[in-house]
Amino acid sequence: MAKYLMKRIIYMVITLFIIASVTFFLMKFLPGTPFQNEEKLTEDQRIILDEKYGLDKPIPVQYANYMVNIVKGDLGVSFQFDNQPVTHLLMNRVGPSLELGFQAMVVGTIIGILLGMLAAMFQNTWIDYGSTFLAVLGKSIPSFVFAAVLQYYIGVKLQLLPVASWDGFASSIMPTIALAIFPVATAARFMRTELIEVLGSDYITLAKAKGNSRMEVSFKHAIRNALIPLITVLGPMAVGLMTGSLVVEQIFAIPGIGEQFVKSIQTNDFPIIMGTTLFFAFLLTVIILVIDILYGIIDPRIRLAGGDKS
Amino acid sequence: MKKSKYYLFIGFVLAVAMVLSACGGGSDSSSGEGSGDKEGSDGSGSSGKQVFNMIETQEIPTGDPSLATDQASFIVFGQTMEGLYGLDKDDNPVPAIADGEPDISEDGKEYTFKLREDAKWSNGDPVTANDFVYAWQRAVDPETGSEYAYMFDGVIKNASEIINGDKDPDELAVKAEDDYTLKVTLDIPIEYFDSLLAFGTYLPLNEKFVEEKGDKFGTNSDNMLANGPFVLTDWDGSGLNWKYEKNDEYYDKDNVNLDEVNVQVSKKPSTAVNLFETDKTDRTAALSAEYAKQYQNDPNAATFEESSSWYLKFNQKRDGKDTPLANKNIRKALAMAFDKKAYTDQVLANGSVPTDGYVPRGLATNPETDEDFRDDSGDLISYDVDKAKEYWEKGLKELGEDSLELDYLSDDTENAKTTSEYFKNQLESNLDGLKLNVSNVPFKVRLKDTSEQNYDIVMHGWGADYLDPMTYLDLYVTDGGNNETGYSSKEYDKLIDDAKIKYANDPEKRWETMLKAEKLLIQEDTVIAPIYQRGRITLIKPYVKGLEEHLFGPDYSLKNVTIEK
Repeated sequence: MAKYLMKRIIYMVITLFIIASVTFFLMKFLPGTPFQNEEKLTEDQRIILDEKYGLDKPIPVQYANYMVNIVKGDLGVSFQFDNQPVTHLLMNRVGPSLELGFQAMVVGTIIGILLGMLAAMFQNTWIDYGSTFLAVLGKSIPSFVFAAVLQYYIGVKLQLLPVASWDGFASSIMPTIALAIFPVATAARFMRTELIEVLGSDYITLAKAKGNSRMEVSFKHAIRNALIPLITVLGPMAVGLMTGSLVVEQIFAIPGIGEQFVKSIQTNDFPIIMGTTLFFAFLLTVIILVIDILYGIIDPRIRLAGGDKS
Repeated sequence: MKKSKYYLFIGFVLAVAMVLSACGGGSDSSSGEGSGDKEGSDGSGSSGKQVFNMIETQEIPTGDPSLATDQASFIVFGQTMEGLYGLDKDDNPVPAIADGEPDISEDGKEYTFKLREDAKWSNGDPVTANDFVYAWQRAVDPETGSEYAYMFDGVIKNASEIINGDKDPDELAVKAEDDYTLKVTLDIPIEYFDSLLAFGTYLPLNEKFVEEKGDKFGTNSDNMLANGPFVLTDWDGSGLNWKYEKNDEYYDKDNVNLDEVNVQVSKKPSTAVNLFETDKTDRTAALSAEYAKQYQNDPNAATFEESSSWYLKFNQKRDGKDTPLANKNIRKALAMAFDKKAYTDQVLANGSVPTDGYVPRGLATNPETDEDFRDDSGDLISYDVDKAKEYWEKGLKELGEDSLELDYLSDDTENAKTTSEYFKNQLESNLDGLKLNVSNVPFKVRLKDTSEQNYDIVMHGWGADYLDPMTYLDLYVTDGGNNETGYSSKEYDKLIDDAKIKYANDPEKRWETMLKAEKLLIQEDTVIAPIYQRGRITLIKPYVKGLEEHLFGPDYSLKNVTIEK
């Protein structure tokens, strides 16, 4: 296991290195400068500013400098927020996004799994149709439409929850629900399909033949096996949720990272683009690793340490 | 699977959950701070404390006046800092830290300011002449990397040389004669110098404080000092909430009524409106078209014109060749062929007003008659389909063509896209044989294509840097940095040069020359086609009194606001 982990961590570093490099060069294709007041700058002034921020150097040199700084743990300072270190900005902004993403993920998958289970166990009844309908709805309505509807009815009309702002738990409820719709739908659909398949397999028939009750069979044997494919989709979805949603963050005035990332690209804020991309990539690689480890635990057929391949 | 492994799995999931929730929790407590205070303030608002809650649309990019380029930053300085001059409610520059009007030398180049001796920084230090010397030298120093250093260029003696690295910052012609006497030498006499003195980049800085903070200066509210009516607090450097609190060290604090202002950033106008409707905020920021339309007749709606002028810019030279727009008649035809009023009323609907000139209303007045530049100059080019068709036919004949295909460039925001459709429709249906190829591109791409003259027609706007028509007019001199049209007229260059140099000390002649210049630029040569002067509609509660909106500099001043509930 330790050997396997080491290997995976080395791969992770290589992946991150490649992502950083590709992002760096792609970023240099962005038109314009990172200066906010670009339109009013004279040519001379632009040259002076480029010099000050090291943007006058050839791109390979900039690339080398950047990589050396990353290794040192220095992600540079932002252009949009003058003199604000990227690490500081990320730390300020990542928290709310992670929190919301995590809440949405947990709430969404739990509800989704339950819905899916009910649907599978009561296949072709109104429960099944009802939950399938909900799942389709959740998949097809974008989260921002849902967010706006929630804000208007629950926040403005009923005044049950804060309309917007980031004021502790109460203000996180509506954005969490808005974000949770997608995982609910995904988890419910997966769970239903898998469970129906598993419930029809030979070993379940055997378990039933041994006289176990339907509930017992479902919980002891079926659900665990039905979870495996779900875990595969949950990983990347979790990263998607935790890296923040531009629109949901804007609607609820949440100081998250998703919106900042989009803005950094529009304004050519190179250090923020790089910092956020690396952070997202890091999160994704870690979650993929965790999922691979989870596989081995849930399903003994998938062996991690065995053999040279892994 | 064995039971033990099942528990291991559950345990692992829980462990991951805990790690992740720990991250989330940590940030929650840090961001919770500001919000906790906010609730507190809401509660105490009813106990006689003057509290104002408002919306902004953007984070504060920086608290360092030398680096600031963004309106959001200048708004903050407008509440927390004062320069030699400030703006009164009608946007006239009036002495602030300066103690009365300066002594100006005969040639109009040397200014001697007396400073008021009761002005203090929020840490108790006095505001002295050296604070101005330090701040201005810092702004022009290339090491600082100020994008607004050009505000000193051609204004204060030696500024250009310092900005270009040919002289040292301490050679800037600004000297502290003593603690409360400041002497400034200009390159040439400048009539609007007082409005520059009210601009953010000209604000003073406390040398000791700034040097002590180093790179951290202006990165959060602890790393800033105020010398104005309010102190910025609870700003973490990039967050969506901050506060202004009354500055107890402010010399005029007896005339400041507000104790506290809570600012919430909301980038979605819908959210801002919802917060307003639920009484969570007392004022929204500018509304976008769909809300502006809905609320324009609401008793809470307030309309205000900004000093920002929008027009179609015509490129006369592309890839070294003349474009069809090098033909004056074609330009005139295009400039007359769209309905501006329908555009501002139906499409924009945000308080903007159509204009037939270039320099916006409210910017400057005739030194003799006090007439607004816009009124003095009059309507220079108006919507007139018949005339447009005439010019079009004439232009086409001169070019020897019977149809034209032109590239129309604009931004890719929703609003810009609707605008593009509007102009395509108007121009194509009014001018036979015209085909517009619309491209809606990201802002930075639009800037690049415009500055490289890689376009035929572009939707362009310009905001005032100071209170004088020159901030608009000098764009179109031959090879000017922002000309970007290939327009070159000896006559125009001479008018601008005369207004700047020859009549520098003769305000009336200078005014006349600028009127002539605008007439030549718009009416005769139609280098650009004026469309509208931008306005904004905000919602504000009726119990908020005394909010001053500005055309120039910060959008508003909170100093005189009172809450009369």
